[in-house]
Amino acid sequence: MPKDVAIIGVGQSAFVRNYEGSIRELAFEAYSEAMKDAGITNRDVGASIICSAPEYDKQRSPAGLMAEYLGLNPQPTFALESVCSSSTSGLRAAYALIKSGLHDIVVVLGFQKMSEITSADSQERMGRGADIMWESPFGTMMPAYYAMHARAHFARYGTTEKDLALIRVKATKYGTLNEKAVYRKQLTLEQCLESEYIASPLKKFDCCANADGSSCMILASADRAKEISKKPVWILGLGSGTASLTMTGRDALDGLNCARVAAQEAYKMAGVGPQDIDVAEVHDCFTIAEMMAYENLGFAEPGKGAELIREGETYLEGKIPVNVDGGLLSKGHPIGATGGSQVRTIVLQLRGEAGEIQVPGAEIGLVHNIGGVGIYGNVAIFGR
Amino acid sequence: MGFEKFGHVSFTSQTKTEAFVDYLSKNEIRATKCRACGRVFFPPQADCSSCLARDMEWVKVEGSGRIISFTKVNYGPTGFEDDVPYILALADFNGIKVFGRISKDTPEEQIAVGKEVKAEAISLPNGQVSYQFLPA
Repeated sequence: MPKDVAIIGVGQSAFVRNYEGSIRELAFEAYSEAMKDAGITNRDVGASIICSAPEYDKQRSPAGLMAEYLGLNPQPTFALESVCSSSTSGLRAAYALIKSGLHDIVVVLGFQKMSEITSADSQERMGRGADIMWESPFGTMMPAYYAMHARAHFARYGTTEKDLALIRVKATKYGTLNEKAVYRKQLTLEQCLESEYIASPLKKFDCCANADGSSCMILASADRAKEISKKPVWILGLGSGTASLTMTGRDALDGLNCARVAAQEAYKMAGVGPQDIDVAEVHDCFTIAEMMAYENLGFAEPGKGAELIREGETYLEGKIPVNVDGGLLSKGHPIGATGGSQVRTIVLQLRGEAGEIQVPGAEIGLVHNIGGVGIYGNVAIFGR
Repeated sequence: MGFEKFGHVSFTSQTKTEAFVDYLSKNEIRATKCRACGRVFFPPQADCSSCLARDMEWVKVEGSGRIISFTKVNYGPTGFEDDVPYILALADFNGIKVFGRISKDTPEEQIAVGKEVKAEAISLPNGQVSYQFLPA
């Protein structure tokens, strides 16, 4: 089990509907929290990686702006984007920068102010997240693509709309406990099942909300981590995969192959398996995405994901607690910040600092972060 | 005719595969096939990522396909607001997968995973050309 690179600081802004400040101020919220958490100053930082989906940014090349505003000149900085998985792609790049010996300490800053542009502009950009030559001209959107995955899962395995609603009910339970979440109301099964269809079979409450937010992770080499941090959280395994942007290029729609590939690689590097994971954060941009994650990560056999949620096994008290911070469904999904927020939850869990949602004695945690409709998949495994 | 003629709303105009639009206007849906290694591409590609050849011929997508999945879209992105609801689907035509819409007058009971469909070229009221799926 490699212990070469650790996370020594994490931070996150509140995820909100409409942040009343600029992107630099939004970024500063997560950055200042993470730097205080790590107990270092900006002179200790070797480089920064800035993660956001640029179609939402009015500022061109925001990495330069952020390095200045956060006090990280003259150190190197660059932007890294893989839409919704940008900040865990940043995690992978930061790991490589440290493992290579180029830098000792690297800041990974994720942010997104989705309200920076109008809702109509946002919808137009969302449509261009598909293949603009061959699929966008039919009127595609994110919920429609995940809905097609849900339908394929239903047809092959007998999963139901109720199974998906159970995932949202779980998310809302933990959303009520997360003061940084945008959606904090408890929903009942009936409320979830009665909500209107956005793209059948997905309904309003199967979908996460847009949000503004930022997240920050500070990574350090083994030597520096041991020197600085009382509770370093080690990166034990990293996996990353891709799949075709077009639906026509995929073998099947009842799972995400990029996640399967990433999970296999991360488990292999960490020398652990799904049965060893004590707590997990998975990319539940839609309820069906969490269902597929159960299976693609090996928490359930293919087609058996529904049994996990029906039996409550992914609740805090269950066999494998998943998204006990409320997930994207409750927290909201500020594209570039999402992965870093997932990592923060796992870091707090492994330090024993997760408060009401603490999984007792958690030693190994997993993050699953997906970009686009399964175009990019990142899986990371962490340990104490 | 340029590629901006393809689809309900077009996002791009220039591609080496714009002959696809000419075939559509002749009521044909075509894929590209690599003359060097024989790999068939749908959506059509001008270049072969299997053998790196750049020599393609156009082959017909014919017969009936099987619905792999579908969704009824109630909220469309910008530019599609007046079109909703519409049904998007992915269908498999003997190994060639095609993404598109199912014809609006198809009875809902005819639309299910595994059902057979055929594909036909269509002209849209705004002068664009596209294709759609119908029950086979």
